[in-house]
Amino acid sequence: MAGHTKYTPTTAFGKWMHERLPIYAMVQEAALDFPAPKNLNYWWTFGGILSMMLVIQIITGIVLVMHYTPHTSMAFDSVEHIMRDVNYGWLLRYMHANGASMFFIAVYIHMFRGMYYGSYKAPREVLWMIGVVIYLIMMATAFMGYVLPWGQMSFWGAKVITNLFSAIPLFGDAITTWLWGGYSVDNPTLNRFFSLHYLLPFVLAAVVGLHVWALHVPGNNNPTGVEIKSGQDSIPFHPYYSMKDLFAIAVFLMFFAAWLFFGPNYLGHAINYEPANPLVTPAHIVPEWYYLPFYAILRAIPSKLGGVIAMFGSILILFALPWLDTSKVRSGNYRPIFKGFFWIFAIVCVALGYLGSKPADGIYVLWARILTAYYFAHFIIILPLLGLIETPKPLPASISDDVLAKSKAKLAPAE
Amino acid sequence: MATASHADVTRRDFLYIATGAVGAVGAALTAWPFISQMNPDASVKALASIEFDLAPLAEGQEVTIKWRGNPVIIRHRGAKEIELAKSVAVSDLKDPVARNANVKDGDPATDENRVIKGHEQFLIMMGVCTHLGCVPQGDNPAKEYAVVEGSLKVGGWFCPCHGSHYDTAGRIRKGPAPENLHVPEYSYLSDTKVKIG
Amino acid sequence: MKKLASLALAGLLIASGAAMAAEGQKTAKDVSFSFEGPFGTFDRQQLQRGYKVYKEVCANCHSMRLVKFRNLAEGGIFNEEQVKALAATYTVKDGPDASGEMFDRPGLPSDAFPSPFANDEAAKAANGGAVPPDLSLLTKSRPGWYGTFNQLWNGIGGPQYIYSVLTGYEETPAELAAEQPEGKYYNPYFGAGHWIGMPPPLSEGQVTFDDGAPNTVDAMSHDVAAFLAFTAEPKMEERKELGFMVLIYLAVFTALLYLVKKKLWADVH
Repeated sequence: MAGHTKYTPTTAFGKWMHERLPIYAMVQEAALDFPAPKNLNYWWTFGGILSMMLVIQIITGIVLVMHYTPHTSMAFDSVEHIMRDVNYGWLLRYMHANGASMFFIAVYIHMFRGMYYGSYKAPREVLWMIGVVIYLIMMATAFMGYVLPWGQMSFWGAKVITNLFSAIPLFGDAITTWLWGGYSVDNPTLNRFFSLHYLLPFVLAAVVGLHVWALHVPGNNNPTGVEIKSGQDSIPFHPYYSMKDLFAIAVFLMFFAAWLFFGPNYLGHAINYEPANPLVTPAHIVPEWYYLPFYAILRAIPSKLGGVIAMFGSILILFALPWLDTSKVRSGNYRPIFKGFFWIFAIVCVALGYLGSKPADGIYVLWARILTAYYFAHFIIILPLLGLIETPKPLPASISDDVLAKSKAKLAPAE
Repeated sequence: MATASHADVTRRDFLYIATGAVGAVGAALTAWPFISQMNPDASVKALASIEFDLAPLAEGQEVTIKWRGNPVIIRHRGAKEIELAKSVAVSDLKDPVARNANVKDGDPATDENRVIKGHEQFLIMMGVCTHLGCVPQGDNPAKEYAVVEGSLKVGGWFCPCHGSHYDTAGRIRKGPAPENLHVPEYSYLSDTKVKIG
Repeated sequence: MKKLASLALAGLLIASGAAMAAEGQKTAKDVSFSFEGPFGTFDRQQLQRGYKVYKEVCANCHSMRLVKFRNLAEGGIFNEEQVKALAATYTVKDGPDASGEMFDRPGLPSDAFPSPFANDEAAKAANGGAVPPDLSLLTKSRPGWYGTFNQLWNGIGGPQYIYSVLTGYEETPAELAAEQPEGKYYNPYFGAGHWIGMPPPLSEGQVTFDDGAPNTVDAMSHDVAAFLAFTAEPKMEERKELGFMVLIYLAVFTALLYLVKKKLWADVH
């Protein structure tokens, strides 16, 4: 049923082309006929959803640039010009702004899926690490994009985040001045952020290419964590997963559309509809929701440099995850203790997000410290130890064994 | 048995075709906002008309103003220029059509059809060469491009890019341009005030 | 794994209700507007009245620089002839003319509403040191209430905030009288702490409506809040309309894709 089928051109033109640029063979082998485990669940559709979101962001972004002006005196008004005058401008801008949130929702689900099913373990360490790089580029891109409308939160977000670099010993001030191109966030800053915000998505697309390449070497992980052993275990990507992904994409688009058309400003900040004012800081500066857990970690540490190190550390530690998790078993389905800790970790991340949105004082700081400590403990203490002490459940002999057992179990009560 | 499986196949094909068709329609509709956004937006369309006061423009003088991003040539013609323009037979013209938004499409390019009746002295037209869009140069005593009678020295226009000659009614007489200089939609608000657009 | 989805969603919802009310700000009065909810539309009569309140009262101190006269016609509040006439009643600075001078001319539909002050400094000087905020986006930048779920179901309450501030002037409570700053008024609904620089702008019967609608402070505040909701998001109706079409389309397309997927996977065991 599956396995690599060799492409043989059938037409004269196909043959001619194949000898010069075997692109159709590549598409057929790498995409259409690519053998995928037959037991992938819907959590595996988020890779496809993310590719779609990247394309949507790039297309809407290119189109918005046709109307946007990256200058402090005109940026805010040009965004409103898009909202009010440009044909369907409101739609394109709301798509792009809400699209960023949708992109992050999808990437978080994608990442937690990888963590639960152990998709980062050998031989997929590089695949995982490229994923972390993608996530970092996403964060940088989204941050710079948020500055472009030049509203109050744009300006103060930019100021606060760039000031993080002033924590670097010795060179801190020189680095922030260099980042700003001046003595504060101003027109040079806006211009360079605009330039980079336009550039990074294409870098992102290239790194996504590497991510897919790194995926194709070992092939997909799957809910059992057992590798494909025979043709019995796999099915061709197309049409099985292409159609399944498409269905999931359509469902996700409905979720997206609900925000886009009926609550387009909910995920943003009201105060960003006020033009940037370098003399007045808004009462509460909070980043976009997708940064909140890291913002909580930043504020949990009482020293400036310490906070910055902890914040970046909380992301960079993901690079080490493949080696911190010592368990031989991939899938959380077969790791009874890990499963519990996984969910605790997920709740801790959400709770850190909640704390990031609260003022940095009193009980909130205390909780942020406790949860920050737990966040790091999960990676540095819990995961390495669990692998040593946990007794995993018996793994199925193969993917198809597992699929058969499950369908039998489903049928049994009926009989 | 054979019919059953045949029906099955048909139903499956129908489902695939229907889904593909619905998807294609959706993709096409989605493309529209992305195409439409490049059309003139509401603020551009709203600025489509301007007013101009002709009173300060003396005979033989000419100004170029900007309208919808393009130059509009407004010339106060002298009697000799008008006479020259009227003396040309439409059948001798390279482009016999008026190219005037204020007369019927396809009307002949007589001098009357290039201006508005009662205001023959004012020639108002786009300063956009119909060849490739350069701005034709007006009366410039320093240059003598008068290949065709009525071109330049006496008030015609010459396009420096590729050498098109327009006469005193802005009609193409020589050179690569295919059409007479276009006359935009305009009207007189009073004897000395025009509204363009 | 299903829990993950609900968790992620819950996290998203909790996290996004980020901003918080200033100390002592009262939650805006939850008056209802015709444009609320997924099916809500603007009430044109009300917008006409609101425009009149804006023109006769608010515009004396507040700019509305992002709104053009033509927007009133595009939004169906007035027809094009009315808008032309209405724009012409304003004086707009234009120029320079042929001699290099700036000159005044009657407004055109393509002009923005002229600002009452030449610049922020002039506005500040004339208004006791505080710039009256621009009204173009006020209902989008000023929340009436906070809370993640509250804002999700009820919106940010921008129009309600405008309404509440306009109707919310109160006698200064005795215990606060001592700290009342010079030239400030007590308004517990005001977002930046309850001392507001704007004197109560509306009084009973101040604006007479052509349609004979009531002109109490309450009614006028409601009308002008609705008008400002329009100026902040003039494309709201278009957005909701398109939204329904997109969702219906996606529902059909998703159902078809589901059937395709099911059929394909029927023989995979």
